[in-house]
Amino acid sequence: MGRIALNGVTKSFGVTEVIPPLDLVIEDGEFTVFVGPSGCGKSTLLRLIAGLEDTTSGRIEIDGVDATGTPPAKRGLAMVFQSYALYPHMSVRRNIAFPLRMAGLDRAEIDRRVTEAASALNLTDHLDRRPGQLSGGQRQRVAIGRAIVREPAAFLFDEPLSNLDAALRVGMRIEISELHGRLATTMIYVTHDQVEAMTMADRIVVLRAGLIEQVGSPLELYREPRNLFVAGFIGSPRMNFIDGASAREHGAATIGVRPEHIEIDPDGPWEGRIGIGEHLGSDTFLRVHDTGLADTLTVRAGGEVGLKTGARARFRPMPDKIHRFDEGGARIG
Amino acid sequence: MATKSSRSAARVMLAPAVILLLGWMLVPLTMTLFFSFKKYLPLRGDSLERGLDWVGFANYARFISSSSFWPSVQTTLVMVGCVLAVTVVLGILLALLLDQPFWGRGVVRILVIAPFFVMPTVSALVWKNMFMDPVNGLLAHLWRFFGAEPVSWLSDASLASVIMIVSWQWLPFATLILLTAIQSLDSEQLEAAEMDGAPALGRFAHIILPHLGRAITIVILIQTIFLLSIFAEIFVTTGGAFGTRTLTYLIFQRVVDSQNIGLGSAGGVYAIILANIVAIFLMRIVGKNLDR
Amino acid sequence: MARSITPRRKILTTAAAWAVGILIFFPIYWTILTSFKTEAQAINDPPLFLFFDWTLENYSVVQERSDYMRFLWNSLIVAGGSTLLGILVAVPAAWSMAFVPSRRTKDVLLWMLSTKMLPAVGVLYPISLIFVRFGLLDTRAGLIAVLMLVNLPIIVWMLYTYFKEIPGEILEAARMDGAGLKEEILHVLTPMAVPGIASTILLNVILAWNEAFWTLNLTAAKAAPLTAFIASYSSPEGLFFAKLSAASTMAIAPILILGWFSQKQLVRGLTFGAVK
Repeated sequence: MGRIALNGVTKSFGVTEVIPPLDLVIEDGEFTVFVGPSGCGKSTLLRLIAGLEDTTSGRIEIDGVDATGTPPAKRGLAMVFQSYALYPHMSVRRNIAFPLRMAGLDRAEIDRRVTEAASALNLTDHLDRRPGQLSGGQRQRVAIGRAIVREPAAFLFDEPLSNLDAALRVGMRIEISELHGRLATTMIYVTHDQVEAMTMADRIVVLRAGLIEQVGSPLELYREPRNLFVAGFIGSPRMNFIDGASAREHGAATIGVRPEHIEIDPDGPWEGRIGIGEHLGSDTFLRVHDTGLADTLTVRAGGEVGLKTGARARFRPMPDKIHRFDEGGARIG
Repeated sequence: MATKSSRSAARVMLAPAVILLLGWMLVPLTMTLFFSFKKYLPLRGDSLERGLDWVGFANYARFISSSSFWPSVQTTLVMVGCVLAVTVVLGILLALLLDQPFWGRGVVRILVIAPFFVMPTVSALVWKNMFMDPVNGLLAHLWRFFGAEPVSWLSDASLASVIMIVSWQWLPFATLILLTAIQSLDSEQLEAAEMDGAPALGRFAHIILPHLGRAITIVILIQTIFLLSIFAEIFVTTGGAFGTRTLTYLIFQRVVDSQNIGLGSAGGVYAIILANIVAIFLMRIVGKNLDR
Repeated sequence: MARSITPRRKILTTAAAWAVGILIFFPIYWTILTSFKTEAQAINDPPLFLFFDWTLENYSVVQERSDYMRFLWNSLIVAGGSTLLGILVAVPAAWSMAFVPSRRTKDVLLWMLSTKMLPAVGVLYPISLIFVRFGLLDTRAGLIAVLMLVNLPIIVWMLYTYFKEIPGEILEAARMDGAGLKEEILHVLTPMAVPGIASTILLNVILAWNEAFWTLNLTAAKAAPLTAFIASYSSPEGLFFAKLSAASTMAIAPILILGWFSQKQLVRGLTFGAVK
């Protein structure tokens, strides 16, 4: 079980309010990702749930029980830290066993659970090593092992992949997703990387300056971003924003079109000069200048498009993929 | 960044140390203050039980007007200042030397830090007798070897001799801290300066020395703490004679030798004031340097 | 990358460094050497550096004259006891300051250090009075208490600097793993800080071992440590160089040996944790 509810939770450090009143419910078994730029309060929010920080006001409930004043050790949550926070003086085995020892389990039970977790995480051969002797990916798995043996109500992940190199990150992303599939335990995952959010989450919470900008499934956020901030934050490369006359034609202060929703079309309404082209093989992202719409327009073209830098071309946005926003940045329609 | 419960735990955990030190500071300090306003000569029959006469600031006036007061303050400051200067300057030179690659670094390092292990009474005795003795001391032998007249170090150049002994004891400490600091200097910075055409002396003045700033502060702070209360070295070598009577030693003589507790206590208060002036001055610098 | 050094330069540096090292170490070497000479050889002119009849006689004379073992034992108990007691008080305090800092933490730390600046002589009489009143004069317990208080600021400062190097996330991980405060300090912080704690213990044992104001003024016979043992040789009869050397060697040998064996921790400790 692991339903976590935040009611009117706030957090201030001195006079700075990091989290204005915030309500959020995380359902049992859900994989929720908190995403936002650095300093948006996502880590603070996670630490409030963990109990590593006090709330300034408001209530945190775990499985219907008020846990606002409960110390972290008693909340039944497990956390995986950005630096892994492994105990350097203990072997892998003792690292994983530590929470069980603290819970006062007997030797046989501890051994059983550690062995089980180690084999599930491919750590069996490394049980007697120290964390210092392991690679980044292995350390990450030890941290996860230490979290799963407790069978917690929920897992908290604080940017767990940011210290890994790109290739490893993709692998671990899949492993964590599979782990969630297997355990079906609530997971709360903090990241600043929208790709991680999109690929892993059941539900994404986009935060800015402590405020929830939007909550929804990855596709909901992609299809119907509620405002300019979410529209710009979700999706890679970033959505193109156009304001001025062309926006007013659509009855909006700003319109947004994702690069993948602009086609090269000799009869298209937009025209510009091709700048740098980023060739990824499967796709090419073209930077288009001098369109009179925005400084640069990013356009996704086919992998082997033949346009040269400096050439001029015409483009057409897909009419049903144009997002419209009002002066305040909120979505229209 | 922490929770209320960990903050209150922190207060509880800090309390024993704070209470102990507060007691250690306040109780004797209050008593010293109390005695400093009293006539208290145990040898002449004054005792706490029979009550002591209140003499106001008489002890203070007498202590400060005594002919030995200002010389002792001067001696204290000269001694601390000279030892600091000698150890910092030699320490920097030594650290620069030991930072170079050479054979047997481990052994030389041990040789250099060894004096720090020697208890002050021992080093004072050894220097006084085996080196500075005007007849049989090694320095006397050396002087005679060169056909010079041996020097009575501890009577003719007493303050300088004490400064030398104390510097010998504290040089290892200064060297070690400065060496550690030099080793933490990013060698790319030096190479960049070399590429920019800075000569060796320029590199030292503009890169190494500023980098050592914090380490030098630490050396000065910690040594001053210990040097202000130098006792054994004087006790053993000159017994405060020949211009080596520091304020600490003067008060010691008033309290222990002449058993004038009131006068000694007034002196103690002066010493505390002097220490505080130095302390405020130092803490300012250190407080700033600790923020890094 | 380190640059290659010309062999000539390395030879020169080696010569200079060894010369300086030997010069600085010489008084200790000379003391140890003299302790094995006869009194006549000790004051021989020219000085004898190696070729003399080595004798152990001085050591037995010194042991006879003053009971070395008793002083040694007192030194061990007082230095060890005051340091361990100090560690017990300082670990929780350093934990607080390193991991739950508040606006006042720096002030508290500097205040603690400033208590070290109080001139001991200013409070000598009150402390003696208190000692007499509570029967602590010339007892090891009294000396342990005083030296613990004298060194406490240094112990707190050093532990604080070592603890600050330990990432707070690891302690938070322990909290998440269900560890209470006691377990957090005992099972996670202390084992991780072992090198730092070892350095702190070593340095403070040395400071307590060599402390020569309180040990000289608060003891007479029973509890007198080696500082007092050696001070008794400052009287005129101390002019017997060989015996003085033997006594000195005996007083500093335990610390020199300790220093030799724990060089690494000690060098770290000697910097008072202040410089990395």
